[in-house]
Amino acid sequence: MSTFNPYLPELATIQEIIQETHNIKTFRVVLNDEEKMKNFSFEPGQVGQLSVFGVGESTFVINSPPTRMDYLQFSVMKTGEVTERLHALNEGDQIGVRAPLGKCFPYEEMKGKDIIFIGGGIGMAPLRTLLLYMLDNRSDYGDISLLYGARTPNDMAYSYELEEWLSRDDMKTTLTIDAEYPDWQHKVGLIPNVLLEMNPSPKNCIAVTCGPPIMIKFTIQALTKLGFEDSQIVTTLEKRMKCGVGICGRCNIGTSYVCKDGPAYTYEQLKQLPNEL
Amino acid sequence: MSQQKFLASQSIGSFLETLLREHRVLVPLCEGDSVVFRPFRKGGGLELTRMPTTSPKEATFPRVETLMSFTQKVSAPQEEDGGKERPEIELTEHLPQDSTVVFGSRPCGAKGKTIFSRVYDTEAVKDPYFIARRDNTLFISIACSAPETTCFCTSVGGGPADSTGSDILLIPVTDGFMAEAVTEAGAKLMESAFFDAGTQKAEEAQAVVERAETKLGQAQDFSNAREKLLKLFDNESFWEEMSAKCISCGTCTYLCPTCYCFNITDETAGNTGKRVRTWDNCMDYLFTLEASTHNPRSSKAKRLKNRVGHKFSYYPSLHEEHIACCGCGRCIKSCPAAVDIRQIVKSAQEYEDVNI
Ligand SMILES: Cc1cc2nc3c(=O)[nH]c(=O)nc-3n(C[C@H](O)[C@H](O)[C@H](O)COP(=O)(O)OP(=O)(O)OC[C@H]3O[C@@H](n4cnc5c(N)ncnc54)[C@H](O)[C@@H]3O)c2cc1C
Ligand code: SF4
Ligand code: SF4
Ligand code: FES
Repeated sequence: MSTFNPYLPELATIQEIIQETHNIKTFRVVLNDEEKMKNFSFEPGQVGQLSVFGVGESTFVINSPPTRMDYLQFSVMKTGEVTERLHALNEGDQIGVRAPLGKCFPYEEMKGKDIIFIGGGIGMAPLRTLLLYMLDNRSDYGDISLLYGARTPNDMAYSYELEEWLSRDDMKTTLTIDAEYPDWQHKVGLIPNVLLEMNPSPKNCIAVTCGPPIMIKFTIQALTKLGFEDSQIVTTLEKRMKCGVGICGRCNIGTSYVCKDGPAYTYEQLKQLPNEL
Repeated sequence: MSQQKFLASQSIGSFLETLLREHRVLVPLCEGDSVVFRPFRKGGGLELTRMPTTSPKEATFPRVETLMSFTQKVSAPQEEDGGKERPEIELTEHLPQDSTVVFGSRPCGAKGKTIFSRVYDTEAVKDPYFIARRDNTLFISIACSAPETTCFCTSVGGGPADSTGSDILLIPVTDGFMAEAVTEAGAKLMESAFFDAGTQKAEEAQAVVERAETKLGQAQDFSNAREKLLKLFDNESFWEEMSAKCISCGTCTYLCPTCYCFNITDETAGNTGKRVRTWDNCMDYLFTLEASTHNPRSSKAKRLKNRVGHKFSYYPSLHEEHIACCGCGRCIKSCPAAVDIRQIVKSAQEYEDVNI
């Protein structure tokens, strides 16, 4: 008798830790079971539950793309018990991984379309996996642009990649911070305002946005103003989670369980759910 | 219909003793003012007349259960790691092994696990802990001869002699019970000599059930509750009013045979620890509190709305109209604030559309 146990994590080793900002660390993780690591597959936008044994589990998006499988990458913002203990770990330490969980971005439906990514703060993590996936399958997609904002330059995760993204000629990258900062070469202003200024055309375009709830709210308003239909706006939701597989009953909005039916939703889908964000 | 056999009241103790050889046996016992399910002990008393205060769900879904245990170790320094020690973790799965018989549940209590199954045992995901327990637990239920005013099983697809979820159904008659096998496993247990095929009280049993059905009265029709509750989702004043008396104590969720939400937490002692699952309570503020301090269900009105909505709207939408409530009335009877779920659903159904 050996039925699959959805609660049992795979043991994994932290291969590398990157300090992204004062409160965000990125963990590059490899499953200890080589066979399982080799066969591991997921789709952009799916998440994992990371365990610190003795402390608990928390949900994070797999922000490396499925096209780059040397490791699974998670970026963790320090906010509470589990995230604090994750931040205290070292390279070589053992954690548990339950992944992949949830539904991916509708990246197949996005083929042939222009894509605009709009990310705020740690909300860049889920966008990163999709962005890199698309760059690795560049010919499947139209124009790709990214608008990424944070409070200050020091709050920008993936700073080491931003230079590359800025210099690529197959994507357009715009960075913004909330207020003036010494030596800042890019935009200053809140994401929704910068977005309106950029004035992207909604024609054959999909907008993918993720960030703090308030930013998402105003970004969607801006997109609507720019003429984007509800079905052209994709975002991700966050809810407190435990099981991650639709059983424990805490992450629902009406009939939709964010852990298994989300976290990625189109704005059209969100509007059909009861208003409980 | 399978053949009925008679189980004499005076044989029950001896019958349960024979079961103890192979099973854990849970029976309703009086404890203070309550009737609770506890392991049967030789010579111990039973309370088979009163409706149990707690539900028998703990047989298939314990309040606390260990999902896995772990030990943290440090391996000897390895040459390949540059002579450094390497942390290691040993993880052990704890799947339940025991086999249980619940004797003396009511039909509504036995039905609870069928409401779990639609969530815990699906194509997409299987909860191995629940499934192992469910498949190794037999329910010997007693049909209700005297339903209480809080009972409404017939309004949610059940009834005083509903056998859904039971393996044997006992119908109370003079000096004992008429027993009916519902499953093969139940029939097997009824091969025991304590079940007497000679004594026939089928007519009396039939009359008992009919009396109970009459006593329950007209069933409440919940068929349009699904849409009505959804329509009222944004009506804050309706939910404020419905939840005004609630004190968020969670009694309703803990006693409910169909409430299946849980929490998972880690416990440690030194280098070893375990991951445990515990019943959780959606009426509590912490249930949906996010690390950012944002809480989508910050008020008791929003939480009660979700509890009622889940049972009478969302779950039926997802699971072929089955209501996630078996009408046992425990939440009504034991609520310290007299919140009545039937009344809330009825109020939603009767709410005038003009006000929405
Ligand atoms: C789909 C999804 C993807 C996410 N991706 C990321 C990511 O890539 N990077 C990142 O930094 N954060 C992400 N989060 C948020 C992250 O899960 C929480 O910040 C984290 O669980 C907080 O854990 P804690 O133990 O430190 O907080 P505590 O406040 O101590 O919380 C205790 C426990 O409650 C649960 N919990 C509390 N808040 C949340 C929450 N917002 N979401 C889910 N579970 C919660 C967790 O089990 C947590 O361990 C994501 C959340 C969701 C739902
Ligand atoms: S038992 Fe009554 S008071 Fe307690 S949480 Fe439930 S509805 Fe509220
Ligand atoms: S909601 Fe109330 S009446 Fe319905 S099954 Fe639960 S405790 Fe019983
Ligand atoms: S996290 Fe358990 S149901 Fe979604």
